This record gives sequence, structure tokens and C-alpha cells, in this order.
Amino acid sequence: MNEKPFAITLNVGSSLANHTGSWRTERPLYVDRLPPCNRACPAGENIQGWLYKAEEGDYEGAWRVIMADNPLPAIMGRVCYHPCQTDCNRAQIDEAVGINAVERFLGDLAIREGWRVTVDAEPTGRRVLIVGAGPSGLAAAYHLRVLGHEVTVRDAEPMPGGMMRYGIPAYRLPRDIMDAEIARIADMGVRFEQNARVEDLEAALADGFDAVFLAVGAHVGRRAYVPAGEAARIVDAVGLLHDVEMAGETHGEPPRLGRRVVVYGGGNTALDAARTVKRLGADEAIIVYRRTRDRMPAHDSEVREAEEEGIRLRWLSTIANFDDGVMRIERMELDETGFPQPTGEFEDLEGDALVLALGQDADLRLVEGVAGIAVEKGVVQVDDGMMTGRAGVFAGGDMVPADRTVTVAIGHGKRAARHIDAYLRATPYVEPPKHELAGFDKLNTWYYADAPHQVRETIEAARRTETFDEVVHGLDEESAQFEARRCMSCGNCFGCDNCFGVCPDNAVIKLGGGKYEFNYDFCKGCGMCVEECPCGSIKMVPEE
Amino acid sequence: MADEQTTLPPDDPVRFYQVGSFAVGNRLQPLDLRTVQAAQDRPNALTCGHRACQGCGEALGARYALDAAVRATDGRLVSVNATGCLEVFSTPFPETSWRIAWLHSLFGNAPAVATGMAAGLRALGKSDVRVVAQGGDGGTVDIGFGCLSGMFERNDDVLYICYDNEAYMNTGVQRSGATPPAARTQTTQAVGPEPGNVFGQGKDVPRIAMAHEIPYVATATVADLHDLEGKVNTAMGIRGARYLHILVPCPLGWGSASKDTIAVARAATQCGLFPVFEARDGEVVASTPIRRLTPVDDYLRMQKRFAHLFAPARRDDVIDRLQAMADRNIRRYGLLEEAAR
Repeated sequence: MNEKPFAITLNVGSSLANHTGSWRTERPLYVDRLPPCNRACPAGENIQGWLYKAEEGDYEGAWRVIMADNPLPAIMGRVCYHPCQTDCNRAQIDEAVGINAVERFLGDLAIREGWRVTVDAEPTGRRVLIVGAGPSGLAAAYHLRVLGHEVTVRDAEPMPGGMMRYGIPAYRLPRDIMDAEIARIADMGVRFEQNARVEDLEAALADGFDAVFLAVGAHVGRRAYVPAGEAARIVDAVGLLHDVEMAGETHGEPPRLGRRVVVYGGGNTALDAARTVKRLGADEAIIVYRRTRDRMPAHDSEVREAEEEGIRLRWLSTIANFDDGVMRIERMELDETGFPQPTGEFEDLEGDALVLALGQDADLRLVEGVAGIAVEKGVVQVDDGMMTGRAGVFAGGDMVPADRTVTVAIGHGKRAARHIDAYLRATPYVEPPKHELAGFDKLNTWYYADAPHQVRETIEAARRTETFDEVVHGLDEESAQFEARRCMSCGNCFGCDNCFGVCPDNAVIKLGGGKYEFNYDFCKGCGMCVEECPCGSIKMVPEE
Repeated sequence: MADEQTTLPPDDPVRFYQVGSFAVGNRLQPLDLRTVQAAQDRPNALTCGHRACQGCGEALGARYALDAAVRATDGRLVSVNATGCLEVFSTPFPETSWRIAWLHSLFGNAPAVATGMAAGLRALGKSDVRVVAQGGDGGTVDIGFGCLSGMFERNDDVLYICYDNEAYMNTGVQRSGATPPAARTQTTQAVGPEPGNVFGQGKDVPRIAMAHEIPYVATATVADLHDLEGKVNTAMGIRGARYLHILVPCPLGWGSASKDTIAVARAATQCGLFPVFEARDGEVVASTPIRRLTPVDDYLRMQKRFAHLFAPARRDDVIDRLQAMADRNIRRYGLLEEAAR
């Protein structure tokens, strides 16, 4: 006592002895929420996850995150209609992150750098047959191979790729890119058998396969009855695109349709057909569609590119008949339900050929009469795990009920592979629980720097229509990284140190490597970290 | 454990870091562009266990400012603290939350004590040890104002930091010379035809400090850490009397949610009611432009001390006068000019 200075009765101590955490009624917790892009991706990519790595310049790491879900990033970066961008939270601030462009950059870089995927799983000794080498079949083959199964792909066409090759023109998807991504799957030990149409499923099953994944697509162009004279040239769009591709492969003569070609339909295939016709030398390609532009199933960017290339579009029109180089067009009107109704007003349109792009059907001869497999409305019925009514027979892609896009097909392939694997191991596949959505209301957007979207250049329209060169260019590294950094990392911590900085009680511990921890001894539960977290990766929960 | 930095290509041309300079840190940013607060080994001049309320803006502002001062002086600094919330919550006898040399003076004499410290250090030949005085708005604007003005006039080598929470919060929210018009406090109740604090009174101390033509005067808020740290750093690079006025919202006295402390401070700047600027030798040299201009409503509605302006009936007459104050600040400091900074 006597050693203390005058009027001092207690030893000095640090306030660290005072555990203010006892004041708390709510505690902050770090959480991962589901970013809207990830939720929207039909292939189930962890988009926020790979953008995070791309932001740092770890492009190979980013690519490998994509590859965990989707084996075709370079293809994806070209032909995906990116529903992720439609749902991107950033669209509510300025413009959506150009996810698709960054994916293409990563996919192209992987091809340039020769990055490979190795099969590290123990061989399971199980054999899986995949029927169809389109996106769905390729995805399933890849995932099953990664899991250690022996995979054989049988495909009717001379080259693998399915509709990506025989339906998507080269100016949208260059063949060397597709070949490289398919070769990477083949290099993993997937066996491809081309020109090997599977006619008899039962026979194939008897061939020693433990499971089958059917992914034959939908190649049969739907016909509509158009009264036509003898000389009228009518072809279907998928057939046309197929013939153009075959002519390229065999160095044969591409089909000639004349100087003035009319395409009937409003989907992406109609646009592909019209743009292809133009590249084949037609002076004029006209799309006739019975509804309005906003009701066109075709993707907006493709309509825009087609218009840039000088393709004319005629809305609210049907073709009543075609004879002697003249099509009789009837004007339509939308009724209150949005359905087109005839008006009885006609006019003539000159044309040398008519291309029908009215949708496609699946050729399901191989499942005819196979016990347990149900077909409804022209598609094969499957359960949540992509299995048909026949045990061990799975199906996906355009031949099952779903949106017919490459990305959906790839998602089917992944899902089917997981369930086939579970089936082969006789253990049910349990889907991991989904996190809560990281909606826009969870973000504090103040913290994100203002940054415009990086636009991919396209080649000039005039040059475009003469060649099958790729129309849309890729991003260079600088713009790809910039674009990646526009990602707001919705619902997932990206290491901005805000929680660590804004805590008035120093109750956040920075662990390094983008990780933090709460010190509940001192956290008073004010909730400022939650409020100031840019990406919504902290939440308050009541104290017990 | 050392702070980690993401490895980027050496002459990385990408100058965009996702959150720019708005967030505290950023794994993509070079270390030298990050804040002191982002460092794993930051000084924590004011450490845990202090008894400030949940979401205290002053505790935050004090740590931000003093940590930056410690970094700027390499820890060679002494601090004097006027009586007030900051002093009370940080040092209930015999505990202290301070990890720097710290002295509690009286309510009104912190600037004079700081003057004495600076003189003493000079006499001892330790002029490399710097002096930082701190106080709340009560101790600065009202009670210690004479001492402060003297310190300015003599141009003593002191950085004086005022943590402005716009009333005497420690003693139960009484009006100070920094309380804004119309605000409800214990001594300016929301009653009568002109509820809350009166218009036309109070002191704008940053401008008074500028009138002394001291080398450096600046304002800041807890909502812009990069700016606040930059100003402390600048101030510590200057000799003579310097004044830093930091807006620190008080959830208790303002009636705002404790989670919203930074949001309220940000709202104060974005409507123009609290101008953020820098002045040298009596002249404004820079101001922080408003990024997302909002009407004063947005700021006022976050705080119960202004609730009587919106219920039972909206008092447009009063709100318009507050908006006029914000508009005058915007004009005076050029807060909407692109090149203001």
C-alpha cells in the first residue's frame, strides 16, 4: 500500500479485464450466402468462387473452380445465354458483371496454356455408356471419368459435339476451340466411338455396361404444312446447319439456296440459319415470325447481331403458301392472350428458298419398346436424379423436359453423373443444402467502386457476313481482370477488412488470408460489422 | 503473423480494386494503399474492454485517429484528454484502455495542458515526441474554448482533435455549442412552436479555427476512414497548431440504431450538413465531393432526436431551414464539384 503514490489505492490495470461481451443480446456470425449468379447457373457453377480467384490473377485456380462443375468453359464463354448475368446484383447498380466474357477468357487461356485435368480417383471398375457426344453427354462423361469410372461415348455423327457442332455455326463457336475442349476430355481416358449410332438400347445394355446415360439431343426439324408448288425449295434449319458443317468437314460443296432466302421461325435456330445463309452467299435473308420481337424466343444479343448483319425481320407474319418463287404472307394480330390470329390480309414476298426453323424433336427410336422408359410429349421422362423408369438408364439434355440450351444440357450431365455414381456405388446421392440467397438487400453497395462494364468487341458487320470467322472477340487480360473485379462477391467474404476496421470494440480478429473471427469476449453486439459488410456475409443471431 | 498480400503480377496495370478506397482494406490492394486499421498489427491505441455504448462513434473515431497518429510518429507521442465520454469510458479507475502515454486533464483545460506538454518536451530537447490533445465537443466548443483559442493563437505544436457528437452525452445529452438546430436534447426538448435546439446559435469551430490562420484545419467523419487517416497523417507532418474535427455519431444521444453509426455519419456528409474539407493557413484547399447526394430527410429520419420533425405532422418549415444549411455548405465548400479533390 505504502509504495503507491499519494491518493492511489489500486494497481493500474488494462481494460482487457473487462469482458464487455456480456452486454450482448445478439451475436454476429460469418455466413456464406448463395450469390444470385450461382443460383441462376443451369450448370451449377460456383461463379463467385472462380471470379474471386480471377480477381487475384490466379487464372488457373479460377479455371479449375469452373472445371469442378463444367468441363467446357471456352465453349460456355461463347454460347451460354448467361442467366447468371440476368440475375447479377450489380445490374441494379450499373451493369451486370460480364461473367460470360471472363469465362471465355479463362477457357481460352486454359487451351493456350494446355491446362489439363487428371483422374486421381481410384478406378472403380464400373463401365458407363453414354449415348450422344453433345454437351450433356460430354459433361456426364467428364464427371464420371473424374470419379474413376470407365466411360464410353457412342455418337452417330462423324465428330463429337452434337448440336454444338451440327447446330451452332462456327462464327459463334469456332471448331478449334470446341475440338480442344473435347480432346481434353478424351485425354482423360474417355473413349469416343463416332459414327456409332445406338439403335438398340437393350443390345447396348447387354454389352457389359453398368449404367447408361442417354443424351441424343433433338435433331429432327419440326415441319409445318406449307402448301407449295413442285419447284419450291423448302429445307429445315437444323438440316441446313448440319449440311453446312458436314460440307466443312468433308471439304464438300456447301448447300446453295439462292439469292433470296426466307427463314420461318423466331428461335435462335432461325437466326443461326439466316446468318448462315447470308454467309453462304445469299444476297438477302429474311426472317418471318408470326409474333412480335419481344415474344421471340431468340436471345436478344443474337437478334441484334443479326440485324447488324443486315438480316431483315418481319413480325406478325405467317407463310400461307410458296410457289414459283413467291411466298404468300398473311399478316397476323396478337389476341389478348398474346396468341397470333390471322387477319385475312395477304401480301407477296419473293424468295428462292424457304428454311423452316420451327423447333426440333428428339429422335427417340432407341427407347421405343424399352421396358420402364416413359415418353411424354416427345421427351423422355426422368426423375430428379435424371434416371428414367428403367433402373440404371439415365437421360438428359434436349431429349428430356427442360429448356434446350447448351448450359442446361451440361447441368444435366453433371447431375446425372452424380446420380449414376451414387447408383453404381449403391449409395444415395445427397445434395448439399443450399445457402440462403444473397439478395440485393443484403449488400451495402456504398463500398463498391463505380466501374463500367468492359465490352467485348465484335468484328465489323460488313466483314462478318462473308466469312464464318468468330463474330465476338474475347477480352484481353487487363479487361478480364477488371471485369472480374467488378464482382461484388455477394454473400461471400472477399477480405475487405471492413468488419475488422469498423468494430468500435476491436472484437474482430483478422486471421489473414481473407479470414476473420469474432472475439465474443468483447463484442457488444452493436451490429455495425453486419451493416457495413459490403457483401452481406455476416448476420446477427439472437444470443441464447 | 504477418499481413498477407495477394501476389499480383509485378507491374499490374489494373488500377481497380473492387472496392476502391471505400472499404477499410482490400486483399487486392498494395499494402501501402491500405489503411492503418486494415493492418493485423495495428496499434489499437484504444483497446478492448472500454465501456463505451454499443456502436459508439467516438470510440471508433478515437481509435482511427490515434492509431494513425501512432503510425505517423512511430509511437513517439503523448496524449492529453479533456473530461468527457471518451475519458470516462476509457479509464474508469483503475483500468485503462489506452496503450499510449495518456493524461486526463480537466474538462476545460486540455489545450492548455497540451501547450504545456509541448513546451516541456521542447525544453527537454524531445521535440520529436509529438502532442495530441483530444476532447469532445463540449470540452472543445464550449468549456475549453478559451484555452483552445489561445493554443491556436500561440501556434503551439499540438494536434487538437475534437470528437463531435453534438451534445454533452456523458452527462445525459445536454445541448452544447455544437448541437444542430432543431435537435432534441435534455435541455432543448421537442416542445413548443420551435421544438428542439434553436436556430442561429452554436459555433462552427472548424471555421473559427481557420480564422486563427493556423497551419492546418480539417474535418472528417468515421464514415471515411481513408480520408480520416490521411488527414491525421498530414497533420502529424506539420509543426504548429493543428485542428481536426471528427463527426462521431452517438447512438444514445442521437437516437440512432447502434448498427447505423457509420451509416448516419455517411448520411450527414451525403446531404451536405457535415462538410468534409481541409484548410491550410486559414483557407480551404480541398473538400470531399458528395458521391450520392441525398436530401437532409434521409439523414434526419435515422435519428430520434429529429423525430418531432416528421410526427405527428411533418415540419416542412424546419426541414427546409436545415436543407438550406446543407445547401449553403454545398455551395461554400464546393461539395458537388467534380474536381473538388
